[in-house]
Amino acid sequence: MSATLESPLLANRPIAFAQADVTQPLTIAVAGNPNAGKTSLFNALTGLRQKVANYPGVTVESKVGLWSLGPELHAARLIDLPGLYSLDAISIDERIARDVLLGRAPRFAEPDVIVVAVDATNLVRNLYLTSQLIEAGRPLVVALTMFDLAEQSKLQIDTDKLSRALGVPVVPVVAKRRRGIDALAREVLQVATNNKRPSAHWRLSEEAERELAILSGNDPEGRYQAMRDLYAEELPVQRGRREAVKLARKRLAHANAAWWQELLIARYDGIERVVADAVRYEGDGRSSITERIDALVTHKIAGPLILFLVMLLVFQTIFSWANLPMNLIDHVFSALGDAVRAHFPAGILTDLLVDGIIAGVGGVLVFLPQILLLFFFITILEDSGYMARAAFLMDRLMRGVGLHGKAFVPLLSSFACAVPGIMATRTIENPKDRVATIMIAPFMSCSARLPVYTLMIAAFFSGRRVLGLISLGAVIILAMYLLGIGVAVIVAWILKHTILNAPSAPFVMELPPYRVPNFGNVAHTMLARVGVFLKRAGTVIMAISILLWVLVAFPRTASKNGIKHNDPTIAQTTKAVTKDAEAESAADASSLQVQNSYAGRAGRLIEPLITPLGFDWKIGIGLISSFAARETIISTLSIVYSVGDSAKEQSASLVEAMRNARRPDGSPIWTPLVALSLMVFFVLACQCMSTVAIVRRETNSWRWPLFMVSYMLVLAYVASLVTYQGGRFLGFS
Amino acid sequence: MRRTSKYKTNLKLNDGRGSATSLASVPHGSTTRVVRVNGSGAVALRLMEMGVVPGAPIRVVRTAPLGDPIQICVRNYHLALRRVEAETITVQEVVQT
Repeated sequence: MSATLESPLLANRPIAFAQADVTQPLTIAVAGNPNAGKTSLFNALTGLRQKVANYPGVTVESKVGLWSLGPELHAARLIDLPGLYSLDAISIDERIARDVLLGRAPRFAEPDVIVVAVDATNLVRNLYLTSQLIEAGRPLVVALTMFDLAEQSKLQIDTDKLSRALGVPVVPVVAKRRRGIDALAREVLQVATNNKRPSAHWRLSEEAERELAILSGNDPEGRYQAMRDLYAEELPVQRGRREAVKLARKRLAHANAAWWQELLIARYDGIERVVADAVRYEGDGRSSITERIDALVTHKIAGPLILFLVMLLVFQTIFSWANLPMNLIDHVFSALGDAVRAHFPAGILTDLLVDGIIAGVGGVLVFLPQILLLFFFITILEDSGYMARAAFLMDRLMRGVGLHGKAFVPLLSSFACAVPGIMATRTIENPKDRVATIMIAPFMSCSARLPVYTLMIAAFFSGRRVLGLISLGAVIILAMYLLGIGVAVIVAWILKHTILNAPSAPFVMELPPYRVPNFGNVAHTMLARVGVFLKRAGTVIMAISILLWVLVAFPRTASKNGIKHNDPTIAQTTKAVTKDAEAESAADASSLQVQNSYAGRAGRLIEPLITPLGFDWKIGIGLISSFAARETIISTLSIVYSVGDSAKEQSASLVEAMRNARRPDGSPIWTPLVALSLMVFFVLACQCMSTVAIVRRETNSWRWPLFMVSYMLVLAYVASLVTYQGGRFLGFS
Repeated sequence: MRRTSKYKTNLKLNDGRGSATSLASVPHGSTTRVVRVNGSGAVALRLMEMGVVPGAPIRVVRTAPLGDPIQICVRNYHLALRRVEAETITVQEVVQT
């Protein structure tokens, strides 16, 4: 860089506008760098009066809350924007935040005042965004967050000096102790009433100044626009202007290839001068606690070990501890179904209510414990600063398949359930990396596949051992997990080199200082996530489960005793029927019903397609119903083979029924090879409407979920075909 | 380069002796000063927005267990970046006084 470059604050005079009307509710935006304490501040200002809102057309979320600025005033509408480092935005989140801050977001009110959260312990970098907002002349109040931590680390910040130098009010706050909140409200009101706009200009090199003069027509008022046009990534829309800017950039690039860096350097120079004047440091160097923790947590041996233990804990929790509340929810809904059946006349409406709606709602709510627990951990890992370290440790490995280090945690969570795992991909900024991660998440063998694996192993591989001591079942389950991982790696690599090919996004990632998570924030985040899940995914899951009910419940088959109240998809009903004989005939009746239903017909229809995989039409019905949720195949098979419907008697008799099932020629339908083929199919097929619904929601299009279902189906079919035909070729049966 | 010292430590360029090298080849624990950020894409922009601008002191803290990425300390906070990104940053070693 040229040594002659200087960047004094040319002008720093607040411009007074006409008095604003404060009797109207104000719109206030909270902006700031990631990790600057923005969310804590937002929560401290609004309390529980907030909700998650969605920006039109994109999946970026923001929270909107109410903030009482004063006793006689309307509560202000407070918008929590996604964190951003600069107004020259890269990710979608940052772009949205930038557009709102600059008053350019369509269908979004321009904020009357911007509260920018500035981390007092990381002033210089945090003030970069502030300097851009000052340049843009936005109505600004700086909230110096984590002021207590700055004091503890012996940073003496003269806020008056800082405020004078920047030309905007600066209020020290400690969000969790509500320190400085009233002062912040006062300054915000002051800015809103006075409508004072800050301003700052940087003196640039002669060449740059010349171009700015041309672009602004020598009008000082036009300087900011000229500067944005010249330096911002995107070119102006208007054609003449665009050509002028292109020419100016060309001339500058001719003189100095790094011409565009000049403005960034000028800003940092200006900030450094301001900070050097207003801040005195009386400590001995670095934030020692964070460095000491890092020395352990990112250590060559201890680091991966700690990561392993942390993930083991998370995994254990969502995999097994979540089971208790999940079973509870399951029981509550089946009891509710039974109760409804006992008190309502048997008929189609009751069936719809029990098998369609109650089962559907239950199917949605059963995910809540896992989602809550996973987000509890993810929020803690993120707020404490550990998540960035996990990405740091795993980046090299993930990059091998073209993914970002941050893809590691969502993928691991997907072993419990792909739904929360896919929701957790939000931490990945690059949209293409994020979609690639979402696309492979369902290959991780989730907990819903386990009952299917278990049934197949119990029926056809039990009691056998490998090398005399390891059970064959364990080896097969492990192989299924590895198959999923292996295919995921290959698919990720292919996706990243074809349709999701993009210049690799900068990894450049802040490793924030370790902080004790604020449990209020954690609770807020968990509740927000659950709300989003219920609202967006829940509706789709409901609709699909009603559709599936229709497929197995229609057309109606007249039965001998008229009792037709078996749940075709979930084994949970018919406790109202008492006598054994009656139960048996009811089981037969529902078996008949399923066989003649649309699903049954579809099973027969697809039989030619699935015969090469070793499946008959009865397994076909199971496959079709399993597209609602994988474990559904078990209850469907129970019904098709008309074994008892209750969960207890089901597993043993189902195993018997499967072993005894014969083709017309007397050969067994189920063989170990058929079971293996089915398991391979279950590893690779996307048989989970909740996953489809959440992908639809997270990618905000039907394109990706449809693509995912199709390519996974093709893969599953091919792999299953290879397994069955290859096995037969090798002489297995 | 006429830049005043930061509020942290006094740093002085050892001009003439310490030759310019890429940040990726700097040993752990040594403090350097940014001479130049090469390249012009999103990476260079992001690096500079994050405070890696000419003149800024950078300390290389450590390397991830698998050899990449690296952790640096710039402007009193920690930043992780991949080696390919570190290679675009030209630095000069400094001696502490």
